[in-house]
Parts: sequence; structure tokens; C-alpha cells
Amino acid sequence: STGVAGGNDFQWCFSQVKGAIDEDVAEADIISTVEFNYSGELLATGDKGGRVVIFQHEQESKNRPHLRGEYNVYSTFQSHEPEFDYLKSLEIEEKINKIRWLPQQNAAHFLLSTNDKTIKLWKISERDKRAEGYNLKDEDGRLRDPFRITSLRVPVLMPMDLMVEASPRRIFANAHTYHINSISVNSDHETYLSADDLRINLWHLEITDRSFIFEEPEDPSSRSFFSEIISSISDVKFSHSGRYMMTRDYLSVKVWDLNMENRPVETYQVHEYLRSKLCSLYENDCIFDKFECCWNGSDSAIMTGSYNNFFRMFDRNTRRDITLEASRESSKPRATLKPRKVSTGGKRKKDEISVDSLDFNKKILHTAWHPKDNVIAVAATNNLYIFQDKIN
Amino acid sequence: MAGADGDDSLYPIAVLIDELRNEDVQLRLNSIKKLSTIALALGVERTRTELLPFLTDTIYDEDEVLLALAEQLGNFTMLVGGPEYVHCLLPPLESLATVEETVVRDKAVESLRKISQEHSPVDLEVHFEPLVKRLASGDWFTSRTSACGLFSVCYPRVSSTVKAEIRQHFRTLCSDDTPMVRRAAASKLGEFAKVLELDYVKSDIISLFTALASDEQDSVRLLAVEACVSIATLLPQEDLETLVMPTLRQAAEDKSWRVRYMVADKFSELQKAVGPEITKNDLVPAFQNLLKDCEAEVRAAAANKVKEFCENLPEDSREQIIMTHILPCVKELVSDTNQHVKSALASVIMGLSTILGKDNTIEHLLPLFLAQLKDECPEVRLNIISNLDCVNEVIGIRQLSQSLLPAIVELAEDAKWRVRLAIIEYMPLLAGQLGVEFFDEKLNTLCMAWLIDHVYAIREAATCNLMKLVEKFGAEWAQNTIVPKVLGMANDPNYLHRMTTLFCINALSEACGQDITTKQMLPVVLKMSNDQVANVRFNVAKSLQKIGPVLDSNALQTEVKPVLEKLATDTDMDVKYFAQEAISGTTGSSVLGFLTLSICWPACVQRVFRDKGLKLNNGGHMRMSAKHDLQRRGDFVQENVSAAGVLRQARMLQSLHAAPGFAVNDCLILCCCTVKVT
Repeated sequence: STGVAGGNDFQWCFSQVKGAIDEDVAEADIISTVEFNYSGELLATGDKGGRVVIFQHEQESKNRPHLRGEYNVYSTFQSHEPEFDYLKSLEIEEKINKIRWLPQQNAAHFLLSTNDKTIKLWKISERDKRAEGYNLKDEDGRLRDPFRITSLRVPVLMPMDLMVEASPRRIFANAHTYHINSISVNSDHETYLSADDLRINLWHLEITDRSFIFEEPEDPSSRSFFSEIISSISDVKFSHSGRYMMTRDYLSVKVWDLNMENRPVETYQVHEYLRSKLCSLYENDCIFDKFECCWNGSDSAIMTGSYNNFFRMFDRNTRRDITLEASRESSKPRATLKPRKVSTGGKRKKDEISVDSLDFNKKILHTAWHPKDNVIAVAATNNLYIFQDKIN
Repeated sequence: MAGADGDDSLYPIAVLIDELRNEDVQLRLNSIKKLSTIALALGVERTRTELLPFLTDTIYDEDEVLLALAEQLGNFTMLVGGPEYVHCLLPPLESLATVEETVVRDKAVESLRKISQEHSPVDLEVHFEPLVKRLASGDWFTSRTSACGLFSVCYPRVSSTVKAEIRQHFRTLCSDDTPMVRRAAASKLGEFAKVLELDYVKSDIISLFTALASDEQDSVRLLAVEACVSIATLLPQEDLETLVMPTLRQAAEDKSWRVRYMVADKFSELQKAVGPEITKNDLVPAFQNLLKDCEAEVRAAAANKVKEFCENLPEDSREQIIMTHILPCVKELVSDTNQHVKSALASVIMGLSTILGKDNTIEHLLPLFLAQLKDECPEVRLNIISNLDCVNEVIGIRQLSQSLLPAIVELAEDAKWRVRLAIIEYMPLLAGQLGVEFFDEKLNTLCMAWLIDHVYAIREAATCNLMKLVEKFGAEWAQNTIVPKVLGMANDPNYLHRMTTLFCINALSEACGQDITTKQMLPVVLKMSNDQVANVRFNVAKSLQKIGPVLDSNALQTEVKPVLEKLATDTDMDVKYFAQEAISGTTGSSVLGFLTLSICWPACVQRVFRDKGLKLNNGGHMRMSAKHDLQRRGDFVQENVSAAGVLRQARMLQSLHAAPGFAVNDCLILCCCTVKVT
């Protein structure tokens, strides 16, 4: 059991928070995607400013054994710049919509990052040697007399401080008419998918000027005004085992067995109490928020976000669920996260928060679960919270 | 060598070495490409002890630099001191074989394969084979994929103990965790099988082949199909049924269309590899299934192989198999829902007539040809028309002509100009097969109509078509049928049509000969020198230059020269320019055009032209057939042309502009080449 609800085996506790604590949040600093790599060694975030920040897991040591959930900045780079499409008079935001790591193939790490239109393949590599010695200039850069060269020098490699470089390797552009929402790397390690509102493109990682397009015509069946919006799927994830698929719509998370396409095998309500608020959520545009969802390493639990900086976890075996909050108040080292409850009836119990006092500006859209350990990363506006389990 | 004051001969080398680390990729690349010069200056020992260790660690560089480095190192044996020291090249190539960029890795492997041959048997075991093992057991898939390409080059030259190890490594890689390594192994399976002893082929390779052919990834399984061809060729006939066929049958029915596509695509090779008996019993039904596959891609690939498959059937039962098994499927494909399938079939179906003979063709194939000639998709019709020669030999084209004509007319008027262009290109062929009478009666009007098409490419092709027709039917035919019509257009109110007259004259003068050119064409051209549109006037100048060689010197002096001199004083700049060009080309000698080419073009360019089969002949212009060669730009970039040479080229390009049959875009291509060279 994963014990997402705490109790018997473990509770979630605070580990780290990244990002400034100012009340005034710069738009560019808002985190727009979070993703662990295959080993959990690296954690990448993308933000609205087009930057990618990669955190590296801190090595555990004897004197600091609790570092399992500690990540420190490894590399930061500007992945996308704002652009302007002159043909369509359209601004293209630099916001990173999605990051996907590639399975590691050599000493370097590779990831795909995308904004609305352009997908880029980045290589993150380390360098610890530097070549020294020129023929035509001295160590201090002064030029030598070219006619007084008496011997040839071949550069020598010298050790230097570790440097982490991010270099763009491929740019996959001009293939999407609508905004790219999602990318996913195939198990064959040579192709990947990118999806916009209408189409899915299939790319080869080594070919940037060609992709195959899949398009499905819209289902013309008529539906009520809100039901169409709230039933539209904001995220899809395959389980690690490959057998299940999870979809997130506005109010719920559904788990589907690939062997049975007609209905989901499990349905979890994320914030059913909002059903009566759809009208005001439409008016403040919140109804269009795209909540993502994720599996834990063993596919036994799932996590997704909500409003008021709440995020929810569901244990698939015990059917227990829990609501937790990512907040500065509980950001003390090793502090246990207290379960939160939203009151739906008239009477509000102690420790409960009423639906009407939820802050809809604070929302958790992006979360990530370490592929092996109980370490989670939760993006709340410009802050990245990292939580880990604490064995009782 | 180096005196007290230094040695200025070292300077260029010093620059090259420093530029190995220049910030500008292009300069680094240039230096890497001259690595042999650096190595030569350093001498073999310093190359081994200093240059190679430095290069081993330059794997941070850009792909194109690494690619050039990987290539250079394959030719470095003499520069490190000969075969005795060739193993010094292994460390840099080993690190290049692990980079993430496939092209670089592949080039490193290619160089490693090359230098493996320069290792003595002892060195191969002491240095090379350990490298292969290291790569094969590397942490990352990049090194393991590279290892796959090296087994087959060292296997034949090592001891039996090492051979056993190599086989073991290959086995391990075939079941690697990452699909990339399994793909690399699967793609080298056939090659590795060829160097193995037959017993090991049976014991080792077959089991690996079977495993890869049922891999969970279809991208691996489809590579096993290719290996199947090589393996089947190696095995004695009696073993094929038990060792290969179960896997091949399974591949032909694979649940992934990509695998089935591969089977269809390799069908002829497979058919030859397994021999006639298995073909009859196994491949015929498999081929039928592929022709009826649910995926259009597979059907199209199979349809492409229909003719080849039928040709390679054993002679004794060929006709019977085709008639009872293949033809029914082919009939269905004629009305397939997918146009790619139909057009694939249309490109080969005519070939069946030679195999089946006259009677079967008339009875069974002709209805299919006719149906395809009426297909809604132009490409299908075009493919049928372009292969008419096959049928012509068997039943004569007359059988088809009644259906052919409407099909041709429809294509000739198709809304897509590329379709019109395609049918024009078949016109000379059709004319030859249908004969002059049929042509005059039915097709001549079409050919003339294309001359006033609103798309330039069509008018240009139509002009060229006329030239080919005249070459086929002769000058007399031209004089009676097309020349009057062409000359009539000189009075057209549309200047584009008047220009077409000039283009036609350019194309036809040589084929029509001196008499027609002087008596009929020249007066029209001369008269057009008074045209009010400047474009027409400068094309008159160009035309005069072009038809000059066909005219006699008297006409040149008395008629052409005065007109050109008048045009040379035209108010329009371009008219003046081309008139002057023509004068310098026509009046200097009786031979016109580009005799001067051989003087003006740099020697290296001339060499390129000669190598490519381009003629700098006294007729002056490059033939159309050479166009495609020109488009292979790379060939020009290789040449070292000096700045002065480039200038000279540019000047020549301007005059090339005037050469008929040499369109502006060709000049642009040449210009691009020129710019690249600078």
C-alpha cells in the first residue's frame, strides 16, 4: 500500500520549496509544467517566461540522511523566446507548455520542451575539461609575432570546474495550426507525439522537417452548455505498466483499462463541490483550467490538483483519498502535511474550509511523482514544492 | 628546419591548429578537414602522443565537426605511422562511436570498420576486439548500437575463443533492453550471418532471428524481414522450410502494417532467396494476402511488385499461377479505394502483357488497362500511358487507341499544370507509337494548344516537345504542319504568345535545317525586332544568337548583323545588352555561342563539367539532359575555385542566361553553387 491517506504507514511531509516568496508574482515566473526524468534523479520545470529549470537530486550522505526529497538547481536555460507570427498577426508566447524527458542514451540528458508552436530537443551535458595553449597568442591573449613561431603547440586538456551546458539539438516547428498542449515519447525511443486541440502529430526524433498528422472529426452529438466544457479532457497519462490510462476532466479523474474502452474502471471525484459553482467558474474563466494528473511509480496511487493550492491523492487499492495543501505556512523542514477538508453543507466543522472561501487564483495544475520513491513535486503559481514521505 | 628567426612555413599550420578551437564552427570545420596537413607537419609521433589525445576529448563539438573528424580518422593510418600504430586511432573513434548523433556514430563505425582491415591479426585481438567488447557492454545504448556494426569485420580474423565471445556479445545485444540496440542488432543480423560458419548460422543466428522477428517493437520486427533475405540465401534449400519459413509466414501476417509492408517491399528478394518450390507453395498465398491487405500502404507496396513477382515465378507453372491466383487480386486492385494503390498497380500492370502473351493480354488485361485509363485519378492514367511501350510490343497500340485518345485529351486539359506537364513529356513516345497519321489527326491540335497555355512551364515543355516531334517526323513534316502555326503566333496580340514563337524557333531551327530556318523563320524573327514590347525585342536578339549557327554567313552578315546593330542602340537596357552579347557571339566568327567558354571558365569548372558529361561544345549550349546533373550542387562545392574564377563564372552565367534550353532557374542553381564556393 502507498498510504496516500497517511495513517498506517506514512504521512507526507514538507521537504523543500523553490521560488520567491513575494506576494507580487511576476507572470514570467509562474510554473507551467513539472516533470521528473526516468530515474527521478532530475526534476525539470518550465515557466511562462520560457525558461526551463532543472533540479538535481542531492546525494544522500551519512551525516545528512534525510536528503531524499532534496533537489538543487542543476541547470537553468532559456528554452523559448516570445515570437510574432507576421502572417497571422499572432503573438506566440514563450510559455513552456510541456516538458518530456527522453530515456537516457549516453552521459548527457535529453528533454523535449514545447511552447504553443515549437518543440525543441535539448541536450544537457557536463563538461569538466578545457583545452589550453595557442600558437598565435600567449596565455594572456597577447598576439605573438607570426614570424617568430619556432615550434607547433597542440592544445592540452586541463581539468576545470564542472560546467553544465544546455544546447538545442533539434527544432520541430511549423507543424501545428493550433496550440500544442502535450507531447509524449514513444516506447520505441525514436518517435514521439505532439498534440494540439485538434490534431496529433507523429515525429521522428531525428527528422525535423516532416511529421505525420492524425485528425479525428468532432463528434456532432449535442450536449448541454457546461457539460461539454467540463467533460473535455485536460490530461491523459498511461500507467507505467502500460495497461491503464488515466484521464482528467474538470471535476474528476478516471482510470481506464485499455482492454475495455466503453467505460472507466475507476472514477474519482476531485472537487465535486464545485458543480454548483460552474456558472461563476465560467465567468472567471476558471472552467477552462487544464488540470493535469500523474501516477506514482507503482501505479497504485494517483495525484491531481485543485483550487486553493489543494492537491488530491487517491489510493487505488484502499480507495482512500486525501486533500493536502501546498502553502508557505507549513513550509517547515520535515513538517507533516495536515489533511484538509472542504465543507459542502451549511454547517462548517472545525478545520474545514467553506466552498465560498476557496481562493480560485491559487491553483495547482501541474504535479509530478518521482518514478521510484514517494517524492512529489507540486507547482503552485511561481513556487515548486517538494514533499516526501515520513515513515511513522 | 626552424631557424633562430622562426620558420614562416609553420605559420599556416599554427593557424590551422589554433582554429581547431575557433569560436566559428566553419573555421573549426575547415581545420578539421585539413587534419592530415596538421598531422603531416607534426610528424607521426606527435600526432600519436599529442594530437590524437586532444581529438579524443573534442566530442563536445558540433555534429558537423564531429562528422568530419570521424571521417578523417578513417584515412589516418599512414599519418600515425602505418598499420603498426593504427590502434592509436581507436580511442578517438571509440568516443565518437558513443555520441548521440546517429550520423556521427555511423561515420565513426564506418571508419572503425575501415581501419580494422589495417590491423594485424594480433593487433586485432589485442586492441580492436577489446574495443568492440567495451562498446558492446557500455552503459549507454549509443555505444552498444555502434558495437553491432563491428562484429562482422573482426569475426573472420580472430581465434576461435574470441569468436565464441563475439557470438555471445551479439546474442546479448539482440535481447538488449532498449529497442535502439535491438534495431541495430537486427539490421546487422544478415551481415553477421554471412561471416559465421554455417553450423553457427543454424544454431545461433536462427534463434536470434526468430526472437527478433517476434520482438514487441514493430520497428525491430520489420528489420528482421531484411535479415531474412540474407539468412535464407546462406542456408541449404532443405533447411529453409524448418528454419526460416515459420518466421517469414508470421511476418507476412504480422499485426503491424509496417512489418507487412516490409515483407511486401522485399518480396522479390525474398522470392529469389527461398527458391521456386517454396514460392509456389508459400509465397503465392502470402502475396495474395498482401494484395488484399486491409492497409493501403501494404497493398500499394505489394501492387508495385506484381510484375517482378510474376516474372520470377518458375516458368512451368507461371501462367497458371498468374491466371488463377494473381490476376483475380489484380482485378480487384484496379478498382481499389485508394489512389496510391491504383497508381502503383498502373505503373507495373502493363508489364504483365509480355509475360502472358497476346491472347491473354487481349482477353484479360486489356479491360483492366482500359478501366485504368478512365480512372478518376490522373496519376493512374499517366502511369498507364507512360508504360504503353510494353503493350505495344505484344498487341500493338491500336487496340488501345480508341480509349487512349479521350484519356490523353482529358489529361492534356487537366486543371493541374503538373499533370499537363507530365502528359506532354510522354507525347513524343506516344507519337512514335501511334504513327504520324494518327498524330496529325488527333494530337497535333493538343500540342499546339499547349503553346498558349497560361503556365510558362507548360509552354516551355510544349516548345521542347515540338523539337522532339520534328526529330521524329522530320523537317518536311514540320514545314507542313507546325511551322506555319508557330509563325502565325508572331502576330498574336498577346506578347507572351509572340515570345513563344521565338522560343519555338530557338528549339526547332536545328532540327528543321538551314533551308527552313533561313527562308521561313528568319524573316519572322527579324520582323519581330520592331515589336513594341522590350521583352520580345531582347528575345529576338537571343534568338538570332541561337539560330546563328544554322544560318549561312551571307544571311548573318546581310540580314542578322544590321538588325542586331539596331537593337544594340535600343532605348531599353536589356535589349541593348542582349544585342551586344549576340553581336560578340555571332559576328566574331562564324561559329556562335560559347566557344569562348573553354577560355573563360576556370580549369576546375571545366573539369567538373567534363566529369558530369556536360559539353562545352561549339554549338554553345548545355543540353537539357545535363540539367539534373547541375542540380547536384554538392559537386560544385567540392571544387576549389579562386575568387577570380568565381567572378569569371559569374560573367559566364550571364551569357548562359541567353542559351536556349537553359532556363533561368538553372542559372540560379549555378549561381548558388558559385556563392557557396566563395
